[in-house]
Amino acid sequence: MSDKAPDTAGMDYLQTLPRRWVTVYIPMIVFLILLLFPFYWMAMTAFKPNEELVSRAANPFWIVSPTLAHFEKLLFRTDYPQWMWNTVLVSVVSTFASLAASVFAAYAIERLRFRGAKQTGLAIFLAYLVPPSILFIPLAAIVVQLGLFDTRWALILTYPTFLIPFCTWLLMGYFRSIPYELEECALIDGATRWQILVKIILPLAVPGLISAGIFAFTLSWNEFIYALTFVSSSETKTVPVGVVTELVEGDVYHWGALMAGALLGSLPVAVLYSFFVEYYVSGMTGAVKE
Amino acid sequence: MASVTLSQVRKSFGSTPVVLGVDIEIADGEFCVLVGPSGCGKSTLLRMIAGLEEISGGDIRIGTRVVNNVPPKERDIAMVFQNYALYPHMTVYENMAFSLRLAKAPKEEMERRVDEAARVLGLVEYLGRYPRQLSGGQRQRVAMGRAIVRKPQVFLFDEPLSNLDAKLRVQMRTEIKELHQRLKTTSIYVTHDQIEAMTMADKIVVMNAGVTEQIGSPLDLYDNPANLFVAGFIGSPAMNFLPGKITAAGIAIGADIHLPMPANNLAEPGREVIVGVRPEHLAVADDGVPAEVVVVEPTGADTQIFCKMAGVEITAVVRERHDFKPGTAVRLRPELTYIFEPASGRRLA
Repeated sequence: MSDKAPDTAGMDYLQTLPRRWVTVYIPMIVFLILLLFPFYWMAMTAFKPNEELVSRAANPFWIVSPTLAHFEKLLFRTDYPQWMWNTVLVSVVSTFASLAASVFAAYAIERLRFRGAKQTGLAIFLAYLVPPSILFIPLAAIVVQLGLFDTRWALILTYPTFLIPFCTWLLMGYFRSIPYELEECALIDGATRWQILVKIILPLAVPGLISAGIFAFTLSWNEFIYALTFVSSSETKTVPVGVVTELVEGDVYHWGALMAGALLGSLPVAVLYSFFVEYYVSGMTGAVKE
Repeated sequence: MASVTLSQVRKSFGSTPVVLGVDIEIADGEFCVLVGPSGCGKSTLLRMIAGLEEISGGDIRIGTRVVNNVPPKERDIAMVFQNYALYPHMTVYENMAFSLRLAKAPKEEMERRVDEAARVLGLVEYLGRYPRQLSGGQRQRVAMGRAIVRKPQVFLFDEPLSNLDAKLRVQMRTEIKELHQRLKTTSIYVTHDQIEAMTMADKIVVMNAGVTEQIGSPLDLYDNPANLFVAGFIGSPAMNFLPGKITAAGIAIGADIHLPMPANNLAEPGREVIVGVRPEHLAVADDGVPAEVVVVEPTGADTQIFCKMAGVEITAVVRERHDFKPGTAVRLRPELTYIFEPASGRRLA
């Protein structure tokens, strides 16, 4: 119920200010610094001119004369826009395909109660536990035999191998939190299985779908091993692979451009998270409020 | 509207039998209450009538049609669930119109029927709200409204009041009864609360451990319980039971207490029996059986006296006011007794 009095005060009176500094603020500050420092370093390097980057005298934590040269190199002298487009395309398509498959799988395992449903759920989870660093070898053989090597399809079709198990498990937990009576009531009201799924379950599972979607999107966006193995030409590469293969020449690291690429590449995911963070949390904790 | 007939209906979950051959006939327009302790199979029976559980054996008829293998939506029934099962993402109007929308009813018809039901239940001003914005009682009404708009042949209620507080429960009980009197739709109502059963039912089916113990009108069950279980289950406070023995003169309870033989008693002398006395059939009287007061609970209208009689704790309910204290010796006279066979629980007299 929403009309409860806010109980944020709770037992706060037991906490004196110095105690709160020790137990809450200081650990939080340390944690934040640890987490955010790499991003700070990345952002700073992206805007730092090469002279400052290599100079021993310059302050490593600050920029004296910021520049957009690295971005200019990245956007106009490499295939970065193409990598970005590939990443978007591969992530979006494989996320939606995986979500669709996972919805059906999770609903069937959770609610159709067929013989062996539990074992199927477990098998799907076990599939998720097989590390990609082992799986990429047989998958590479399949990709080559299907004639998909060095195409975006190679990635769109292989990413669901780890996305579907993950999304299925997340959605299974979410579907479980939807009261069974709602479906039974709909059944008596005259709904078919399909109508129950579309009109009752999916609208209620939106937070779960969003969190599964964000997770799947992030996993595909950052995926490295398959993208490194299954594509080779520059115009089919994704951002994570393109940046490290094309901006490192021999032992020369184009740090500025590398970091600019990383910065631009991490922005879409950050934006996505910030939009849906509330859904994301309720999706992970799985609660349907009546 | 239609009658509902259950003949030899059975249900097992795996190898565990839950309902063991139940026969019930519910007449057209009747309000039938299935009552019994939890786990007695009453909800399972209701779910079988609804089509939510498969039937392991026997026949269920709605009207003249056997519905054993008919899917729920084709049985022409409506069900009110214990937790209301309102669709949280739909407004009250959408909740109530959902079944009509699925049936592709014309929009005017849908609006007319929802409006009619909303007026009957006093929900007109809440049609635009979501279930989470309603109180427990209002949600309960929406759940009933959703059932009403469909104009089904049979209403099924699965403990619909058990999530409400005591006061609201009494109020909703009356509302459901009123609604039934107005619509006269055959209703089957499951509850574990015997007071709900007594107050609402035309016909009560007392169930225990998967079988029907007795079927009858509320007062019939109260006045003529068929066995120990029904006698103990129907009535509040529950009937007192005292172990006794048939003698030539009457019934002996312990060494000191002798009760007169009920009129039509056929039991032979020497036989062990259980004597049942309802608390309201115990009167404070000088010629009564001695007992010792343990606790006194005045409720205003009457007073419940818990006492020890022949070593057994019994309850008496008296209307007149006495100044009893714990430890006081009282004499209670049983006005009406029931005699049961200890082994089978069958009523002898």
